[in-house]
Amino acid sequence: MARYGMVIDTKKCVGCMDCVVACKVENNVPEGYNRDWISYETAGKFPKLRQEIRSERCNHCDNPPCVYCCPCGASHIAETGGVVLIHEDKCSGCKACIAACPYNARFMHPEGYAAKCTFCIQRIEKGELPACISVCPTYCMNFGDLDDPQSKVSQLLEIRKHHCLIPAAGTKPQIYYLT
Amino acid sequence: MKSVSRRKFLQISSATFAAAATIGPVNYLSKGSKLIADDKLQKGIHKIPTFCNLCFWKCGAIATVKDGTLWKIEGNPLDPLSNGRLCPRGTGGVGAYSDPTRLKYPLIRTGSRGSESWKIVTWDEALGFIADKLNKIKAEHGPEAVAFFAHGIGGNFMKHLFKAYGTPHIFAPSFAQCRGPREVGFELTFGDPIGSPERTDIENTKCMALIGSHLGENMHNSQVQELSKAIENGASIIVVDPRFSIIAGKAKFYLPVKPGTDIALLHAWANVMIKENLYDKDFVSNFGFGFEQFVAEVSQYTPEMAYTETGIEPQVIVDSARELARSKPASFIHPGRHVTWYGDDAQRSRAIALVNALLGNWYHKGAFFKPVKMQVPPYPYPEYPEASQPRADNPDRIYNWADEEEGLPTGIRDATITGKPYPIKSWVVYATNLMNALPNQEETQKAINNLDLMVTVDVIPSEIAGWSDVVLPESTYLERFDDLNISPFKIPFVGIRQPIVSSPDDQKPNYWIAKKLSEKLGLTNYFPWNNIEDYLKTRIESAGLSFAELKENGIILGSKKPIYIEDGLEYNFKTPSGKVEFYSPQLADKGLDPIPKYIKPDEPPAGFMRLLFGRVPVHTFGSTQSNPILRDMIDENEVWINNDIVRQNGLNNGDYIRLRNQDGVVSNKVKVKATERIRTDCVYMAHGFGHQSKALFNTYQKGASDSQLVTRYKTDKLMGGTGMNVNFVTIVREA
Amino acid sequence: MHELVNTRHNLQIDPHLHIWGWEIGVYLFLGGLVAGMMIISGFFIFTGRTKNTKCSCFLIPIIALIAISLGMLSLFLDLEHKLYVWRMYLTFQWTSPMSWGAWILLLVYPVLIVNVLLKLPEELYGNFPHLRKISEYLNSSHSILQTIGMISMIIGASLGMYTGVLLSALGARPLWNSSMLWILFLTSGLSSAAAFIHLVAREEEERRMLAKADNSFLIFEFVVIMLLLVGFLTSDQVHIEAVKLLLSGEYSAIFWVFVVSLGIVIPLIIQLMAVNNKIRHTVIAPIMVMLGGLILRFVIVSAGQASHWSGQVFR
Ligand SMILES: Nc1nc2c(c(=O)[nH]1)N[C@H]1C(S)=C(S)[C@@H](COP(=O)(O)OP(=O)(O)OC[C@H]3O[C@@H](n4cnc5c(=O)[nH]c(N)nc54)[C@H](O)[C@@H]3O)O[C@H]1N2
Ligand SMILES: Nc1nc2c(c(=O)[nH]1)N[C@H]1C(S)=C(S)[C@@H](COP(=O)(O)OP(=O)(O)OC[C@H]3O[C@@H](n4cnc5c(=O)[nH]c(N)nc54)[C@H](O)[C@@H]3O)O[C@H]1N2
Ligand code: SF4
Ligand code: SF4
Ligand code: SF4
Ligand code: SF4
Ligand code: SF4
Ligand SMILES: [Mo]
Repeated sequence: MARYGMVIDTKKCVGCMDCVVACKVENNVPEGYNRDWISYETAGKFPKLRQEIRSERCNHCDNPPCVYCCPCGASHIAETGGVVLIHEDKCSGCKACIAACPYNARFMHPEGYAAKCTFCIQRIEKGELPACISVCPTYCMNFGDLDDPQSKVSQLLEIRKHHCLIPAAGTKPQIYYLT
Repeated sequence: MKSVSRRKFLQISSATFAAAATIGPVNYLSKGSKLIADDKLQKGIHKIPTFCNLCFWKCGAIATVKDGTLWKIEGNPLDPLSNGRLCPRGTGGVGAYSDPTRLKYPLIRTGSRGSESWKIVTWDEALGFIADKLNKIKAEHGPEAVAFFAHGIGGNFMKHLFKAYGTPHIFAPSFAQCRGPREVGFELTFGDPIGSPERTDIENTKCMALIGSHLGENMHNSQVQELSKAIENGASIIVVDPRFSIIAGKAKFYLPVKPGTDIALLHAWANVMIKENLYDKDFVSNFGFGFEQFVAEVSQYTPEMAYTETGIEPQVIVDSARELARSKPASFIHPGRHVTWYGDDAQRSRAIALVNALLGNWYHKGAFFKPVKMQVPPYPYPEYPEASQPRADNPDRIYNWADEEEGLPTGIRDATITGKPYPIKSWVVYATNLMNALPNQEETQKAINNLDLMVTVDVIPSEIAGWSDVVLPESTYLERFDDLNISPFKIPFVGIRQPIVSSPDDQKPNYWIAKKLSEKLGLTNYFPWNNIEDYLKTRIESAGLSFAELKENGIILGSKKPIYIEDGLEYNFKTPSGKVEFYSPQLADKGLDPIPKYIKPDEPPAGFMRLLFGRVPVHTFGSTQSNPILRDMIDENEVWINNDIVRQNGLNNGDYIRLRNQDGVVSNKVKVKATERIRTDCVYMAHGFGHQSKALFNTYQKGASDSQLVTRYKTDKLMGGTGMNVNFVTIVREA
Repeated sequence: MHELVNTRHNLQIDPHLHIWGWEIGVYLFLGGLVAGMMIISGFFIFTGRTKNTKCSCFLIPIIALIAISLGMLSLFLDLEHKLYVWRMYLTFQWTSPMSWGAWILLLVYPVLIVNVLLKLPEELYGNFPHLRKISEYLNSSHSILQTIGMISMIIGASLGMYTGVLLSALGARPLWNSSMLWILFLTSGLSSAAAFIHLVAREEEERRMLAKADNSFLIFEFVVIMLLLVGFLTSDQVHIEAVKLLLSGEYSAIFWVFVVSLGIVIPLIIQLMAVNNKIRHTVIAPIMVMLGGLILRFVIVSAGQASHWSGQVFR
């Protein structure tokens, strides 16, 4: 079975938020809510500064606490590529999963169910790229099967230095950042 | 005819918003948007090509309509500008349709100018009112008494109308408030301007230096895409900026220059390249003019001398100069775009051009290519009438290198205030927010108060609309045809804009407005076409292309042409000497410095810092803050202040403050961004926020307006540009 | 210098902003209180000491029924999709403490009802003779009573523990990440329950007993809190940062003043003096203990949400 993930090149990302806008439009994310967001991290003292910019979203963790804590079985790992999804019609809106996610990737949709990035499952099942990736003007985001050593994502991880977010939380995130 | 107060006006423009703002998720599939085309498009998914108008770059786009409503807009893969990907503003373009503040009906002012009180009128009344006044002004003062301002391709038909009317006074803020200095600086040096889109070959470069130009925040799409390719290819980037910009974070060298001292740095680079014999000797000896004088001039600009002016370590200056030279000719200094900073801007641009000349990179791959353009003849219109008086914005051509097509907006503003050299009686403004774009708002208001007729055509109630006598609501780009996009670029192409949905209220497209007004002005012979598609078809077919194909694909590409020396291109420097002019006899003739000279910038008074400004990626100037999608990304600007200064002032990150400038103007309240990413002698904010028009109710007074604080400007002696980075501000605590 | 800026302005998902509000605090408090009540009354029933502890054994189950219902109401109020509570009962998710909790709550009701049925007011028996039969049956043998007492204690303890495990299982919020949390909540539930019974009990003997028990619970609770803090302080940076919220940060004043001093130490001193006949028993100490228990839940719920893993990558 495939294991989908993203590999994002922080050297190219300019933090323009196109990915955030695209997600909003594609998935009709309500005003005031976002499924993805940008982090700008700067270290040092002017003018000797280092900066990393990251487009962040649900990491579709391999060990997802949000799924484990869900009392309704609404949060689940999908057949397709291990994508972490929510059955809206099973969700009670208890918010345990929101509290359980160390990345704060989830929010409560105003219609009363937990929501977050879906890896644009409706697009990837048709063989399209997720919306955020398909617009990115710097081509810094890559999507594919991490279990397939031939995929672009696997190959990038092979040759480039990378990290993922908050590994100490033990969630085994499936989004990697190239540095 | 109903009379409406400002409040009513608010209600009028907010009616759709009220509906959208009810509890629950907002539907961006702009509900109720109707398709222009026939019923069979009402079901399922349909894609219609057009080009973006969220800025002036004109990226090819494809709009998707789902069950008869507008869903999303993506890049057109055929388009060389977008390569199938839009920038965040373009992606958020659907919000232009659903913007709750949109103008809906033609309005005529009822209160005093600037009071934003109106009555709703019909198009016939509004255009009749305008035509009566314009006819009267022509009869009493001549057509020169009318000034027409426009920015962007949408202005073409109205511009044509005013040329037909007989006025030479056509203006755009894109020269004297934006690109002008670099066009002049490069033309004086190489005989050709940079042009727009820039002729920079970022994608193939091995080393690029950016002077301010903050690519990545400045989201001009093709450049950002090429930048990322350059990074991928391992190009080295040198960033010169008082602020640690986004691109500075990706640079090999970041030079934290003291604002206004770039010429010292540029000459020091030249100095190093000459002293260390790193420059392209063949190119300079074959094509250079006045090189000896240049060498003599820059010999004073040692890295040590430049250090005392710019604050950049001498070793960093030397190393970055070597870095540039190492990769020549595939290395270059980017000419920048918004370069009206200190009033010495055309000379700074010349200094940039001259270091480029040392790199011998003109027409070289990885530096400056030669743009090519699709040959599409203009529509066969009758000749325009000759103006009977010389232009009033630049009397006696004091600014010798001012552009004729884009004019000097502050020049015509002066003429409107003083009535000299002759009175100016009307301004007609299309898609430019002069209140934000020009320095010193008070002078703009003074000028407007001298007019007999002030008209604005806009899509939202911008500040300038609020100061008008008549406001005409235009259809957004998603609802109209427009003129063809024939931008000069790497490959010839032509693009079409076509309507996706129909206008939700009583908005009309610019060509319709222009044609209707021509009827009322008795200028119908200038509008011989019956409908816009006839016009477009005529032009496209006269170029031997298929109109049907253009409508279907959105873009027609021409055949590849040589754009580099590497492709077999040959030099042709259109300067008077026929060479690259290190020393400019043209400037010497006018008593100006034939080789740029560094002039120390004014120091901020004690307790003040220089006000700098720029772009945020998700907004275009002040025109997108009310767009519901883009506003949701960033809804107010922050003022960047160095951590040390924030601490000295006992402030914290996120505190609200106000800024007061040297002339006592106090800004709206604005959040402090306490950061290491800026020098201590300047502050920075994104342009376009802090809206003063109450009718922009969802963004009114959110953040601070740099335009309000730019009361002073220094005029460029060569071309009349308005240097605006010459204002100083101090912190006012917010109680 | 380190700057980490993110573009989110999403009130619902930003770390220090609210996921769970007062409703969950109230629910956790009432859950703990009921747990304590069930354990105490179960203990007295199990040990057959119903004579001197009428209040604990016969009144408290009724109050507990009301309290747990209020707690459920509070939980229900927190649900974003109130109509969909039933979705929790379509499934059992063994990895989810909340699922356990939902089912435990379901068990609490029959157990409490059986408890209530042990002894009902005479008037009720008049109207419903069947009830008298049930009561008589339940009281008919020592082993039935012992079983009831035992089950009450077990279900009560499960309820009390689960309120802590619910939070401590959420590894994303470092301040909740302590296995001491369920012990704390259980002890705090016991002390609140003891304090409550102390308040409403009529008989001096029972009140004395509960005051004494309460004092032990409070001492134990104090020790648990200290161990919890020490546990965090000797852990990694993230957990140290988290516990700083209580020690010196945003929540320190309310924690030290209301939870530790007014909720534990001072009522403990008062009750110790009262038990040793230095002063008279008043309602003050028990009320302080209960308020302390409530505020403890509020503090842990909000400070826990304010604690987070650092998203920073540069070290
Ligand atoms: N998202 C977005 N993109 C845009 C636009 C937009 O509205 N929105 N507008 C477009 C247009 S029309 C233009 S003209 C361009 C403008 O974009 P650019 O030409 O890239 O930008 P400027 O506004 O000139 O420059 C701003 C940068 O110059 C730095 N700077 C200020 N003073 C000095 C100085 O003295 N020396 C040096 N070396 N640097 C200095 C500032 O710190 C800031 O980083 O952007 C284009 N792209
Ligand atoms: N203080 C300060 N001044 C500046 C700058 C700065 O950074 N700071 N930047 C300078 C630069 S680089 C430039 S290029 C100029 C830009 O100056 P302008 O071209 O004036 O830019 P905007 O302020 O965005 O105004 C554009 C107006 O067009 C309207 N509009 C948008 N789409 C349409 C349409 O389809 N039809 C019609 N009719 N109207 C439309 C918008 O609502 C808005 O009111 O400003 C310059 N002035
Ligand atoms: S669209 Fe691409 S470049 Fe822009 S912020 Fe997102 S990931 Fe970065
Ligand atoms: S990032 Fe958060 S929401 Fe996404 S799978 Fe991991 S824990 Fe769950
Ligand atoms: S909010 Fe919904 S998805 Fe999340 S844990 Fe509760 S029931 Fe599951
Ligand atoms: S993958 Fe899809 S849902 Fe996830 S952030 Fe990207 S656009 Fe949004
Ligand atoms: S650069 Fe962005 S806003 Fe400008 S035309 Fe292209 S996509 Fe539209
Ligand atoms: Mo510009």
